[in-house]
Amino acid sequence: MGLSNEQLERYSRHIILSQVGGKGQQKILNGKVLIIGTGGLGAPAAMYLAAAGVGTIGLVDYDTVDLSNLQRQIIHQTQDVGKAKIISGQETIAAMNPDVTVHTYDEMVAAANIKDIINDQDYDFIIDGTDNFPAKFLINDACVLLQKPFSHAGIIRFEGQTMTYVPGQGPCYRCVFKEPPPKDAVPTCRQAGVLGVMGGVIGTLQATEALKYILGVGELLTGYLLTYNALTMNFRKVKLPHQKDCAICGEHPTITELTDYEQPTCNLKNKKG
Amino acid sequence: MKVTVNGQTLELEKPVNIEELLVLAKAEQPEYVTVQKNDEFIKREDFAITTVADGDNIEFLYFMGGGAAWD
Ligand SMILES: [Zn+2]
Repeated sequence: MGLSNEQLERYSRHIILSQVGGKGQQKILNGKVLIIGTGGLGAPAAMYLAAAGVGTIGLVDYDTVDLSNLQRQIIHQTQDVGKAKIISGQETIAAMNPDVTVHTYDEMVAAANIKDIINDQDYDFIIDGTDNFPAKFLINDACVLLQKPFSHAGIIRFEGQTMTYVPGQGPCYRCVFKEPPPKDAVPTCRQAGVLGVMGGVIGTLQATEALKYILGVGELLTGYLLTYNALTMNFRKVKLPHQKDCAICGEHPTITELTDYEQPTCNLKNKKG
Repeated sequence: MKVTVNGQTLELEKPVNIEELLVLAKAEQPEYVTVQKNDEFIKREDFAITTVADGDNIEFLYFMGGGAAWD
């Protein structure tokens, strides 16, 4: 299937790149990316991936848009307050690019559903845009078990970090951070605050990794943790060795199935149906 | 002696172990920091017995949440 005249024009700045071209743009259009959490990280990631023409985008979120989200979650607008985030996200993407099909999952990822969500469209790449460590470890473990590449990221205050896991090509999140910190031990954005643009910087880096993976170009952040400090404007790539004794991706894994860690206190609010 | 901690040079008067360095370098919530010395992870139980020598490159890696407000 070739590109239509309209697509040739819409994606002309991609197609002119020697690393993309018409073939690469077709790969992007055939690409399937799952974005878990449509908040500070997931919102900009979803928007850039939609604009780029990623043909299938999955959005996972159970939350509704709150006024305090709008300072950074740019996929949602003022009139969306109170609306389900996945619906608001889907509407924004639909208005941006008709080439994109959005699949929505109105739930919080858990051991019981995450494999089904990832397998639903056999997603090529997963973006972790969540804000809690049980979910981050669950996404890591599910991606390792299903052998799916994913981008981890976190932001707080004026700082951010991201790394990319590709099966067999480097460490996973658990190689670096063995297990989730105790509940409420590490502050969240709600507790500590975050400069709105941090999600834009780091979430856009996650989208960049997804596109590079789909295109098969450049070097991914596999084996590196990229850290960014907005106050000093330092970007640093910290080399990460793979851990042979990692509990999930090591030579003798002790984690062979998914389990739910204790959820943070504030997750007690009801899922919106 | 000089060591590098997260890219910044730190002047030390005497050799220290990782546990002491976490305090000296004012690591936030040291009980949850992942530590690397010269590109290798140091196990938490080895913090007290791992000394830092002149020229060592130390990285403190922090848990970072953020993203969707599932907090
Ligand atoms: Zn691992």
